[in-house]
Amino acid sequence: MQATTTEKTEHTEHHDHHHHDIGFLRSYVFSTDHKIIGIQYGVTALAFLLFGFFLVLLMRFQIGYPGETIPVVGGLLEKLLGDVAAEGKMQPDLYNAFGAMHGTIMVFLGVVPLAFAAFGNYVVPLQIGAIDMAFPRINMVSYQCYAAGGVIMFVSFFIPGGAAQAGWTSYSPLATVIPTNGQTFWILGMVMLITSSLLGSVNFIATIIQLRAPGMTWMRMPFFVWTQFITGFILLLAFPPLEAASVMQLMDRLFDTSFYLPSGLVLSGQPVTQISGGGSPLLWQHLFWFLGHPEVYVLILPAMGVVAEVLACNARRPLWGYRSLVYSVLAVGFISFIVWAHHMYVTGMGTKISTFFQTTTMIISIPSVIILTCLFISLWGGSIRFNTPMCFALAFLPMFGIGGLTGLPLGFNFADLLLHDSYYVIAHFHYVVAPGTIFGLLAGVYFWYPKMTGRLMNEALGQVHFWASLIFMNLIFMPMFAQGMAGMSRRMSDGGAVYAAQAEGMVNEGVIGALSASVIEWNKSITFAACGLMIAQIPFIINFFWSMNNGRKATDNPWNATTLDWQTPTPPPHGNFDKPIAAYRGPYEYSQEGHPTDFTPQNQPDPVKS
Amino acid sequence: MEIPYTTQPREDTGLYNAKLGIWLFLASEVMLFGALFSSYILLRVGAAEGAWPHGLMNIPIGTFNTVVLITSSVTVVLSWAALKLGNFKRYQKIQAVTVICALGFLGIKTTEYNEKFHHYEIWFNEPMTVAEHPNLMNQSFVEETTINKELIGTVPSLIGHLNYIDKDGEKHHAGIAWTLATLKEKEIEEIEFELDTFHYRIPARIQAQIKKSGKYDKGEHETIRVQVSDLRRMSAFVPAHSTFFAIYFTMTALHALHVLAGAIVIAYILWRNNKLWKRDPERYTNRVEVSGLFWHFVDLVWIFLFPILYLL
Repeated sequence: MQATTTEKTEHTEHHDHHHHDIGFLRSYVFSTDHKIIGIQYGVTALAFLLFGFFLVLLMRFQIGYPGETIPVVGGLLEKLLGDVAAEGKMQPDLYNAFGAMHGTIMVFLGVVPLAFAAFGNYVVPLQIGAIDMAFPRINMVSYQCYAAGGVIMFVSFFIPGGAAQAGWTSYSPLATVIPTNGQTFWILGMVMLITSSLLGSVNFIATIIQLRAPGMTWMRMPFFVWTQFITGFILLLAFPPLEAASVMQLMDRLFDTSFYLPSGLVLSGQPVTQISGGGSPLLWQHLFWFLGHPEVYVLILPAMGVVAEVLACNARRPLWGYRSLVYSVLAVGFISFIVWAHHMYVTGMGTKISTFFQTTTMIISIPSVIILTCLFISLWGGSIRFNTPMCFALAFLPMFGIGGLTGLPLGFNFADLLLHDSYYVIAHFHYVVAPGTIFGLLAGVYFWYPKMTGRLMNEALGQVHFWASLIFMNLIFMPMFAQGMAGMSRRMSDGGAVYAAQAEGMVNEGVIGALSASVIEWNKSITFAACGLMIAQIPFIINFFWSMNNGRKATDNPWNATTLDWQTPTPPPHGNFDKPIAAYRGPYEYSQEGHPTDFTPQNQPDPVKS
Repeated sequence: MEIPYTTQPREDTGLYNAKLGIWLFLASEVMLFGALFSSYILLRVGAAEGAWPHGLMNIPIGTFNTVVLITSSVTVVLSWAALKLGNFKRYQKIQAVTVICALGFLGIKTTEYNEKFHHYEIWFNEPMTVAEHPNLMNQSFVEETTINKELIGTVPSLIGHLNYIDKDGEKHHAGIAWTLATLKEKEIEEIEFELDTFHYRIPARIQAQIKKSGKYDKGEHETIRVQVSDLRRMSAFVPAHSTFFAIYFTMTALHALHVLAGAIVIAYILWRNNKLWKRDPERYTNRVEVSGLFWHFVDLVWIFLFPILYLL
């Protein structure tokens, strides 16, 4: 401990050294330092997550209380958006726009930038002992492209006709024929985001391959770096087909081509003329899901990486089955490219193709289960510290488990025929992404916050945030499984009111599709739970800003962790390490026998044998 | 502190950073164009029988452009080799040829596009029969064996240049990418069509045979007048013409953007960046190598584009 204190003072001096006068713009806006860029990504992504959550909160109100004036913000909406929010009521077009943009924002502007770009940028170079990313300027451009994409998406709410309304999947022909330029904005925004992720992933992969410190062999890399490495490859190779698809959709919208419009298309009873025809709606779905499914692993793998780091550190145990974890994540990366059409069982693409994709889908669940199992077993015999990051990481395990296991019936094409496009699907993927990925990422925020700011987040507020979020998440998504299995369809702007009307009038005739009132009644409780979840984020927001100046001061290694990111000054200076760094051991040497402390940092050489 | 391996290769990978970076970037590009090629296959295989147009491309020009691009691929390597040998002057000369080839390719592509934009196809409400309009014989696809047979068959559409007749009976050239809607907007009732179908519909070999026989020498560039009300559809050779032209323009335009970007980068390194040669020759050579790798990729894409769009 004595040694740490002296080191600390040295670091502080060293710090001051590095404060060159490069001006505010260069240091914070147009910075090429991976840490600043990581923080830029993180803050922007958190803001977009909050915005996306706000959109869905309004939608939830419409689902719970269809056609009623939205309380508090209804008037403001009418002022901002005009007729689509007349009298503060949500019109179907607005519901559709919010639905499409909620998905797009959460996935492409919220979770991916936070999981991959923010944590990856900040943590990966530190963990592999690099002084920066391989291409710092490209890194900066990557963030700027992301920001531009975000602005384009955001602006599209305010153009005449409003934002894109065809769902986050933007299926053609619907996306092509909806008469709003929102879809064009969506496509242009996506092209910017794809460019951003291309630049980012090239940078990450090159950095991990080229800039590992001496001794940092592949099997000594922290699991988090592995997950980022695979995620980088997925982004690099899966996103371009969506770019191609977007270009073709743009052609359909702007130059009257018909890539996705079949011959003889009829719209509202009118045949669509002046198109050449011969297009294929299935082509869009194939290209979209070729990205869309690997994207799921882009969302989940970095979260798994964060959880692995937090678990190992706070259980004071080495990760169980490190090699199995690595090979599993490699397998997931490969297989994720050949499962996409399990999103398309109901398109009539044929039983043989369905069977193929059903088989690969079942196969990919094997490495996923191995990862989860390894993480569970890692807890065995540990001396667990239940701090906030650990709570979030622990909650990730069962929550992701529920999300993953409820996905199996969707992977079988016969079961999917029943459940497709129902609230069951919504519940399934939200369990994976919301209490799964986002909990993992929140664990990361609490875990690395002291490294980034030099101060720890408040523990009491953190615990309130955690428990409230956990409870409300489950109150929101668990009932949706029941709703979906009862047959409630998603993407309905009236939240199933049409079912209720049907049930009243025709229940005696035994009409299929009529839902019992109790199932629809869940809409209200879910809406309340969603409000609760929003309120539960307030302690986090307060904590986030308050702790920057008032939190407990953090030492260089506040969690007594082993990986290289904790063997730097806090916060790390430009160039990251104040002395040449090298790795001498594996990433998780906790509670090793024959060592004076319960953790042995990676950069600590073995004692010289005399 | 400096980022390592910006110039010197890392021992265990044998690569400097930028070289790895460009290969990764190219992997991504393969997926981008791969998706478009896959779409091409899917759309073509899924097209209704006979709906996929053939022979609308100018093969000699396309071939010439292919040669231009392959030449640039050779010069880009030679220039890098010259640089490796330390011969900066020779590098400059050869690399200039690369840039000229790139600009030449783009210029030729532009005239090709322009030619397409000025050709129209018109479809009739009632297909014209060759029996009624013998002078349209050569405008339709004629099998070799049918040359001397009875005039049978119908002409569902014609290809040619578009003129329109205004209210005073004056003839004018039409603009680019008009459709039936444009004609109706301008209240045009009659058009004159300078036929060019012969060159588009009939394979070159048979064209020569027909010309030699002297029997149907008429009709190569005849003009006919058509009432707008008789037309079902009209389209220039623009993306909206057919799925073929849609994918043709999408892929070649995207490719042309890559050519342009590559040319800009190569020209920048060649003329604006050469102070680096004096300061750090190895780094400069690496830049030329990396831009050359990209250039080869751009060429390779064209090598695939040319046969699938022009020949098959």
